[in-house]
Amino acid sequence: MSGYSIYKPQNPFMRWLERRLPVASLVYSSFIAYPTPRNLNYWWTFGAILTFMLGAQIVTGIVLAMHYTPHVDYAFNSVEAIMRDVNYGWLLRYLHANGASFFFVAVYAHIARGMYYGSYKEPREVLWILGVILFLLMVVTGFMGYVLPWGQMSFWAATVITNLFSAIPWVGDPIVTWLWGGYAVGNPTLNRFYSLHYLLPFVIVGVVVLHVWALHVVGQNNPTGVEPKTEKDIVAFTPYATVKDVFFTAVFCLFFAWFVFYIPNYLGHSDNYIPANPGQTPPHIVPEWYYLPFYAILRAIPNKLLGVIALGGSIVLLAFLPWLDTSRVRSAKYRPLYRQFLLIFFAVVIGLGYLGSQPPEGGYVIAARILTAYYFVFLLIILPLLGLFETAKPLPNSISESVLREGVPVGASAPPPSGAKA
Amino acid sequence: MTTISAAEPSRRDFLLVATGAVGAVGVAALLTPLIGQMEPDASTIAAGAPLDVDLAPIAEGQIVKVFWRSKPIFIFHRSKRDIDSAREVNWHTLPDPAPDSARVQAGHEQWLVLIGICTHLGCIPLAHQGNYDGWFCPCHGSQYDTAGRIRQGPAPANLALPPYKFASDTTIRIGETAPAKA
Repeated sequence: MSGYSIYKPQNPFMRWLERRLPVASLVYSSFIAYPTPRNLNYWWTFGAILTFMLGAQIVTGIVLAMHYTPHVDYAFNSVEAIMRDVNYGWLLRYLHANGASFFFVAVYAHIARGMYYGSYKEPREVLWILGVILFLLMVVTGFMGYVLPWGQMSFWAATVITNLFSAIPWVGDPIVTWLWGGYAVGNPTLNRFYSLHYLLPFVIVGVVVLHVWALHVVGQNNPTGVEPKTEKDIVAFTPYATVKDVFFTAVFCLFFAWFVFYIPNYLGHSDNYIPANPGQTPPHIVPEWYYLPFYAILRAIPNKLLGVIALGGSIVLLAFLPWLDTSRVRSAKYRPLYRQFLLIFFAVVIGLGYLGSQPPEGGYVIAARILTAYYFVFLLIILPLLGLFETAKPLPNSISESVLREGVPVGASAPPPSGAKA
Repeated sequence: MTTISAAEPSRRDFLLVATGAVGAVGVAALLTPLIGQMEPDASTIAAGAPLDVDLAPIAEGQIVKVFWRSKPIFIFHRSKRDIDSAREVNWHTLPDPAPDSARVQAGHEQWLVLIGICTHLGCIPLAHQGNYDGWFCPCHGSQYDTAGRIRQGPAPANLALPPYKFASDTTIRIGETAPAKA
């Protein structure tokens, strides 16, 4: 966009640095002068929240690693020592454990926003695919982290999830033995999960850099799905987006702090406070809440290989959304039918989450099968067909037209003060 | 660069292919230890030696659990009723068809020895539960009968049989098989 000042260093040192490493101007053009659509709502703050949560998880994680012992005989006790003996250990561990949950809260909100406003459509396909890769990396990292306390749920989660690979014909069993480093989940498994759990967050950081880079090439989508056309459609990233991001990150942190300080074990499972016992499976095993919809899909299918394929497919299909959705209109605001089917889809995912937490019997299985069917029918049949048959509502000519009435923001009681950019 | 047609391979082409081939061998040689280090190590393999189990204290109807190679092994002393119920069913129609006689060793029909790991996703099934009075897996609801055969649920196969042989009438050795009889 034109009209935004270009970084001109005033200070002699910054001028010297600029000619050698233009990092200050990169930051300036990416996070200060960067043009953002003027109509972004609070659903657009989850990117900042996710960045914050990633940083918070890395900081608390590195500190926890100073006190944790990755060995089957000591892991459980070292976690208990963190809780009881290490100064503020209880706080750091609760921040890290609940932080994982809130990381997923934010990522689900972020994905839902992308689906509602069609943020995956041309030219943002690569941006979206990088996001799906980030989500997969988060799933793997979160799973390995859950194994580290070596409680009953840790052990059996590791057993069930690694056994998913045994469904692969021919090479399945050798792959599982290789993953375990033994004949069952044991010390080698715990050790390598610890190593990878430390590594993967930094891989996530790397992909986040690509994700932000891709975002800054194609620009942000916005609630109308109409690209900015003139300077009236945009505002500078700082202060408009930064203030909004910081404010909503603070609101999000209040919610996060409520869990950490008042109900730190609400999202966990009490069985994980029992040391791992390879001889006894807990009567009812469930994964962490953020995996429950996918777990329900796995259990809904009465065939092992097909169940595993459906589980993987339910995530991988999301990467193909830009091509499964044939409509050219981005935002669900202007797509009455898509909006309804999508809201049902969101309800179905939440419903699958509930069913994943219930025992796999009777009516729960039947319900899970119906909801699983909708999940795939929506992605594979409804989305491609909707683009062909749906009549979209008329789109606004520009972003500013959608938010201004006679030059005044819709909903404002008075004209903006003179001198304000509008 | 000159543009020579590819009709005659040049010395340069040969060097390019040869360098690439040596590089590929080098990468493969490097990947072998990096991947191989994750396989079970020598001590894990050594700890998987055969295990002797005395059957005398196991009462009829009782199922005991021992560990061999970190895997739970179920040893079920079956009653006549258990054997009959396993043999009455038409095994050709089962999800993983196997006659009861293939699940036990001839002359020792009362002893059923199984790897106690659900063939679905590796949970340990609960004994004497489910509709077939065999095992019920609490994780995803698979049900096994009194021969350890899958009867219902998502598991694709019967509970696996470990290699074992009868060292005497009342002792089994898990991890060794009897020499095949003619």
